[in-house]
Amino acid sequence: MEIALVLGVPLAGAMVLAAFGQRSWAPEVNALASLGTLIAAALLTGRVIADGPMTALNEQVFVDPFNVFLVALTAFVAFTTALFSRPYMRTEEHHKRVNSARLRLYHSMYQLFSFTMLLTLLSNNVGMLWVAMEGATLSTVLLVSLYRTPASLEAAWKYFILCSVGIAQALFGTILLYFAAEKVLGPGGNALLWTHLHEVRGELEPTVLSLAFVFLLVGYGTKVGLVPLHNWLPDAHAEGPTPISAVLSGLLLNVALYAVVRSKVLVDGALERNFSGGLMMGFGLLSVVVAAFFLSRQKDIKRMFAYSSIEHMGIMTFAFGMGGPVAAFAGLLHMTVHSLTKSAIFFTVGHATQASGTQDMASIRGLIQQSPTIGWGLALGTLAILGMPPFGVFTSEFMILTTAMRQHAWATPFLLLALGVAFAAIFGKVQPMVFGETTAQRLTHPPALVPVFVHLAIVLLLGLYIPPYLVDWYRQAAAFIG
Amino acid sequence: MTPAMASGVALQVLQSLLVVLVAPLVTGWVNICRAWLQNRSAPSIWLPYYTLAKLFHKDAVIANTASPLFRITPYVLFGCMWLAAGIVPVLVTDLPFAPAADIIALVGVFAVARVFGALAAMDTGTSFGGLGARREMMIGFLAEPAMLMTLFTAAFISDSTQLQTIVETLAHREFAIYPSLAFAAVAFLMVLLAENARIPVDNPTTHLELTMIHEAMILEYSARHLALIEWAVAIKLVAYMAIGFALFLPWGIAPAGDWAALPMAFAALGAKLALAGAGLAFLETLLAKMRIFLVTEFLSTAFLLGVLGMLIHFLVRG
Amino acid sequence: MALSLSSQIVNLLAALLLLLAFAMLAQRRVLTLIKLFAWQGAALALSTAIVAHATGQTHLYFSAGLTLALKVILIPWLLHRLIDQLNVRWDIEMLINIPTTMLTGIGVAIFAFSLAAPISQMASTVTRSTLGIALASVLLSFLMMIVRRKAVPQVIGFLSMENGLFFAATSATYGMPLVVELGVALDVLVGTFIFGIFFFHIREQFDSLDIRHMEKLKED
Repeated sequence: MEIALVLGVPLAGAMVLAAFGQRSWAPEVNALASLGTLIAAALLTGRVIADGPMTALNEQVFVDPFNVFLVALTAFVAFTTALFSRPYMRTEEHHKRVNSARLRLYHSMYQLFSFTMLLTLLSNNVGMLWVAMEGATLSTVLLVSLYRTPASLEAAWKYFILCSVGIAQALFGTILLYFAAEKVLGPGGNALLWTHLHEVRGELEPTVLSLAFVFLLVGYGTKVGLVPLHNWLPDAHAEGPTPISAVLSGLLLNVALYAVVRSKVLVDGALERNFSGGLMMGFGLLSVVVAAFFLSRQKDIKRMFAYSSIEHMGIMTFAFGMGGPVAAFAGLLHMTVHSLTKSAIFFTVGHATQASGTQDMASIRGLIQQSPTIGWGLALGTLAILGMPPFGVFTSEFMILTTAMRQHAWATPFLLLALGVAFAAIFGKVQPMVFGETTAQRLTHPPALVPVFVHLAIVLLLGLYIPPYLVDWYRQAAAFIG
Repeated sequence: MTPAMASGVALQVLQSLLVVLVAPLVTGWVNICRAWLQNRSAPSIWLPYYTLAKLFHKDAVIANTASPLFRITPYVLFGCMWLAAGIVPVLVTDLPFAPAADIIALVGVFAVARVFGALAAMDTGTSFGGLGARREMMIGFLAEPAMLMTLFTAAFISDSTQLQTIVETLAHREFAIYPSLAFAAVAFLMVLLAENARIPVDNPTTHLELTMIHEAMILEYSARHLALIEWAVAIKLVAYMAIGFALFLPWGIAPAGDWAALPMAFAALGAKLALAGAGLAFLETLLAKMRIFLVTEFLSTAFLLGVLGMLIHFLVRG
Repeated sequence: MALSLSSQIVNLLAALLLLLAFAMLAQRRVLTLIKLFAWQGAALALSTAIVAHATGQTHLYFSAGLTLALKVILIPWLLHRLIDQLNVRWDIEMLINIPTTMLTGIGVAIFAFSLAAPISQMASTVTRSTLGIALASVLLSFLMMIVRRKAVPQVIGFLSMENGLFFAATSATYGMPLVVELGVALDVLVGTFIFGIFFFHIREQFDSLDIRHMEKLKED
């Protein structure tokens, strides 16, 4: 029941907004639909924590602590982003960057995007997971090009082509997975159901599975933004509307990583050696290092934070690649805090760029003078994403680093170096934007800063004290992905 | 000499004579087919013989600057082509010379002829000769690997590079679709067009200086030398067709020493030659001569098809 | 090893599929490209139908029909309409170095064959030997997308990659479960529509469908 609600509310929202998305009250409906999804997700979470994993709809969807945690996170960030997008999109309309037809597209696709992400997370069928993931690409690609500027079209084209090609590789991986599973489970729909696959994972053909994993990692890894498949990510983040950058960074990348981790669990069951973990660690580490060095060369503020997302996705991939309860716990925690922090940063960045009328970091100055809340939000968010204590990012990065030191000491210097370089690059650029003399204008619509500080407060809380039930929850989820 | 050997020798002589005598007929047949297709009134099918006879009766004119190489080349060409056409098993599988019909050796024989032709063309020092020789060598350079790939595909199927074994294997297998052979056949056809100076690579009927390849090489020849070369060209076409039959249409060939099957084999060969000639004329009517720079692409496509055929053979064993 | 007639025909169609992938790699004209794509879809549909007939897997008939409707009729028709409206029907793309591309393609095909060889050996389907060809056509379409500089051919490359994937599904496992195939088909269709919308946006902005105009977003 809750599952049907979680999926049904955004789908219904998408339909309603497809019809009325240009009305003046559409942003409120958008936020309301997201709130409904959040409530349904909360109910679902309560149910799963009480009753344990379950399947529904003829076993086509299933919930366990791992994906319900991501469902809750997705619904929450989607809701706060919808709140942020209300004043943001109104200001954009005021600035004549979008017209009402495009607003309708925006609102309806926003809900559809939420739906496809939730479907990806909840799908028990590995094939449907692929379909939903491709659906997530399709629903966002027109949002990235919403402004129809040459740069945004280019970014959207790149996003579309690269992700479609990437995800085609993932389909090949899925076919290989089905091929291996069919031998054990027999032909038919059951052979692609994750719960069934998980039961027989020890019997699956190792050669086929290792090849399948390579394709799945390349395919979904393109969507995670792993180097060297990351080219689309900075462009799509920089050229699309800021709420979309926030959900792309905060949610879509997580969902793609979720697909990779799910595949890894299967492959690890079939293979003796840590083949998948090694690959993920390699890709993760490469992403961290390359992204960190690219950070210092950025001029566009959204591009810079997009690279920061690549870096953090690399850290998570590395953590999940290491495996084991502590690293998986840290990976999940990092997923949470990164989503919250990065979306909070994009909210403030959105308002800051609207106030300054540019995304060029050299032209944004003295945010704190014009609007202390925007300025402080950006400053605190940046400190949080850079892993300063006492924010939650520090906790998770610390756990990942210490685990790495114990298990894979060779990787630690690279990680430390990358984190140091990232710190220097981002902090050096954000500081003059926050302080100093301002050129910014007043915004026509009062900025939505509640989401920013709610996110940052949660991240701070997670850094200081993780409530026991949350620890329990993470432990359960971590046990699933071992 | 045992009776088996005697009959083998007799058959070998028969086939050798046959290809030489029939070759101008095939050329004539292609010409009339083309004339029909192009709505022209057809020349006599015997026209190539009249031409040859006429040329043999003339006095040869040879340039002052020509070396002995220029004189012996027509004989070398004729010899090479005769050898090639004589040893390809078309009538019977078991000829005394057939073991020499190794596909790699065959390609070598054609290469020898090409080298002599090109050298002779440059020998007199005319600009057309050099131009033709250069183009001919380019085509040969591209066509040879494609030809080899094609032949290898067939060789892999029968595990032998000897045409005799290939023909025996292919002729006596049960009917099966070989995708690899289909690829090889198309590639072979393309090589055949290029090597025999047919459209779309070259136009045997034109003397337009910008486009001609083969005709440019033999411009300096006259009388009996020219006749020999023209005859060699006709035999070459028959030799290529014979290789094509051996590889792709081996049915109807007579088994070793079986005189009774010989009339059938004759009929089959005649039908195959007639069909091949008509097909060639049809292709030539259909296609347009391509620019010389596109020949590279044409032949690399042939090469590609040959390689694909071979790869597919390994993949699907067929 | 004697193969049944149906599997021989499937092998032949597989070879044809590969040949078409190569032909598309080298084709300069947009119009011919669409035609080749439709032929590839037809070969795919036919081979799926034959596999369905030979193995009695009825859901494969459905998949074949879907391929026929979508890849042979609907999408080529849409593409035809698009190139008419965009007025790029007679567009010729200057492809440099087709022989080099072809040689790279052969290398790719060999790579794919060797990658698929151990897996085909494990398969129990009559069509197992064609898995390598399927992988090769996927990678060749990938190569085509890399070398193309115009939007429409790139999209055709993407669609033909999907063809290769469907073929892989048929040859390795007699097709994915129906619900998944339907989902994939839906995604492909929606994707084609979005590509179509994109063409208009791109042309509006750049006055051309040349992707070279869209290489501004680079790292400084």
